[in-house]
Amino acid sequence: MSSVAHLPQDPLPIAPRPAPRALGGQFTAWLRANLFASIPSSIMTLVMLFLLGKALIGLWQWGIANAIWTVSGNDTSACRALRGAGACWAVVPEKYRFILFGTYPFDEQWRPALVVVIFIALFAVSSRRSFWRKELFLLWAAALIVIGCLMWGGFLGLSFVTQDRWGGLPVTLILATFGLAFGFPLGILVALGRRSKLPAIRSLCVLYVELIRGVPLISLLFMASVMFPLFMPDGVNIDKLLRAQIAFILYAGAYLAEVVRGGLQAVPRGQYEAADALGLSYWEKNALIVLPQAIRHVIPPLVNTFIAFFKDTSLVLIIGIFDLLTTAKTAIVDPAWQSFSVEVYIFVGVIYFVFCFAMSRYSRRLEAQRGTN
Amino acid sequence: MTTSTPKRPPSRHWRLSLSDPRVAGLFWQVLVVAIAVAIVTFLWSNAVHNLSVRRISTGFAFLGREAGMPIADSWIDYTPKDTYLRAFIVGIVNTLRVAVIGIVLATVIGTLVGIARLSSNWLLARLAAVYVEVLRDLPLLLQLLFWYVLMQGLPAARQAWKPVEGVFLSNRGLILPSVPMHEANWWTVLALVAGLIAFHLVRRRLIAQQMRDGRARPTWPYALGLVVALPALVSWLVGASWSITLPELRGFNFVGGLTLAPEYFALLIALVTYTSAFIAEIVRSGIQAVPRGQSEAAKALGLKRGFVLQHIVLPQALRVIIPPMTSQYLNLTKNSSLAVAVGYQDIVSIANTTLNQTGQAIESIALIMMVFLTISLGISLFMNWYNARIALMER
Repeated sequence: MSSVAHLPQDPLPIAPRPAPRALGGQFTAWLRANLFASIPSSIMTLVMLFLLGKALIGLWQWGIANAIWTVSGNDTSACRALRGAGACWAVVPEKYRFILFGTYPFDEQWRPALVVVIFIALFAVSSRRSFWRKELFLLWAAALIVIGCLMWGGFLGLSFVTQDRWGGLPVTLILATFGLAFGFPLGILVALGRRSKLPAIRSLCVLYVELIRGVPLISLLFMASVMFPLFMPDGVNIDKLLRAQIAFILYAGAYLAEVVRGGLQAVPRGQYEAADALGLSYWEKNALIVLPQAIRHVIPPLVNTFIAFFKDTSLVLIIGIFDLLTTAKTAIVDPAWQSFSVEVYIFVGVIYFVFCFAMSRYSRRLEAQRGTN
Repeated sequence: MTTSTPKRPPSRHWRLSLSDPRVAGLFWQVLVVAIAVAIVTFLWSNAVHNLSVRRISTGFAFLGREAGMPIADSWIDYTPKDTYLRAFIVGIVNTLRVAVIGIVLATVIGTLVGIARLSSNWLLARLAAVYVEVLRDLPLLLQLLFWYVLMQGLPAARQAWKPVEGVFLSNRGLILPSVPMHEANWWTVLALVAGLIAFHLVRRRLIAQQMRDGRARPTWPYALGLVVALPALVSWLVGASWSITLPELRGFNFVGGLTLAPEYFALLIALVTYTSAFIAEIVRSGIQAVPRGQSEAAKALGLKRGFVLQHIVLPQALRVIIPPMTSQYLNLTKNSSLAVAVGYQDIVSIANTTLNQTGQAIESIALIMMVFLTISLGISLFMNWYNARIALMER
């Protein structure tokens, strides 16, 4: 109390010094701070600007200024005359139907187009936190059934289309989505099995996960395409696409199991013990208490696994299934267009990029949200 | 006075009911194992039946037969007259060749890009971010096909690009100058390796002495003696010649020099750029995981920037970086199997050809799996050892 009285009087306030005057405006200040902070930094900036400018000018000349956008029919002589000085974008309007939908009957291609739209809508809905409810499972089941009906047809005047005529983007989306839709529950079961107290179940799960993760995906796809028929009884003949799909489900299951296991390890022991104390059974405990917390922990790595998985579906090219990349590669077998594969790869690259970039942005947003919570 | 009799411990007898956890556990295990055994038996009996119908003998006896398979790009002697076993060994060497060089290059480029992403130079950080984002979001197979198409679009050998004297880039691949290695040269290399090991041991002893008495001792005289003078002396004694052969164009092809075939070069570029994007992210998050206070404290002590990075930040970041880096190395090795898409003959490609020629599907795929499981195990063991070595030493 008394010490307050001994405090000296407030000294006269000193007026704050004016901030040093920045040379130029805000923009110059920013330039100086971020691009020309020191001599090495300035040299680096100038070198990079030079290289970047050169690259951009080259790209501009190739991709836009000298490019040819349309040709009549299959007459690509104008494109050839460029001798690589400009892009031949005419290949895209000429071939995009084949690249996107493969050999699906031309007049029926609105069906796979609709399927793609349904897939995108399904992803968009599933990404909203407010839709993370039980009804979402029903929605997924319904959507996947509708997709099957649309692709196969054979009712209500829709002609029946066999699986070997499916191709392009729908096949990529089907492989990825069904692989995840079935691989995710499998992964959860395996992750639980790997943490089980029962030695036989635990070792089976470890064997499965390590075996699948230890070998390249291609060898699994070879197994599906070459070895699988050997393992089936006589007369049983499963379609190639379905075999690849099974391989993808097993592959996704192993990788997702490891991600989910990471989440399970992050759930505090007290949660398990509290669930046991309430007398919940093993399945009730995991379904109601443990898994919801575990999965919430690992949503960003889960989305990253989804991205990797989406990209990996392109490997079916090697066993000859017509996904987006295979149709792109096939589209340029046509002799007239043979030398314009770079343009076609850029076209499908943009499609892949849009999907993966959207997912990676989404994963980053989730991570940021979790950081603020 | 009432004494409460202690409760009896729960019965040790097993009740034959699923509500007994021990019985339930046993039941589920027996059930799952029985299902697994049943599936495997079913598949196996089908396979045996199908193989006997198709008259394919099981077993690895086919490895001794003549392969009759041309292999264009091989580091060890091979002709189509050799056995399948030798073809497989060529395939393993080819896989390792792309995986090991790929891992080294991807680590170097990935680390540089990762550090560039944290640069205070805005343009550099942006460019690095674009590099990472674009490469991560495109399928590796698409990138591989893209590079391969670009490689095929290069000018023919006669009009090859010549960025530097002795380096040619054409649709025959990348041709580099090389040093022909004689026996004497290998002795020198051996001396260099021995010198490096000796220097490492000496340096460790010097550091241990410094820990005891706090006096810093210079290490450069030892470096000069063991790493420079010793190999030079050996080279002079055994008479090694280090003349560089420059490749030159003769007719339609190059003579001399080291040739990286377009398939190999495309695969290497695709693997290195793709993996380096992931490694860059790992390095960036590793560096960011080191608390700011660490580098600020080091700066407050007056240490130089490079010293801070090398001795304060990186050792701590490495602990975060190593485990995910291991899985990237494993991914790169597994992804090298995409070679089959461009016709580079790695183990998967050779096993696939074997499978088509002989019908030995099970054996060929088993060989692929064995090779990759062994490589994966090797990388994991090495990285675990390294991780344990750099782990935090707590008092």
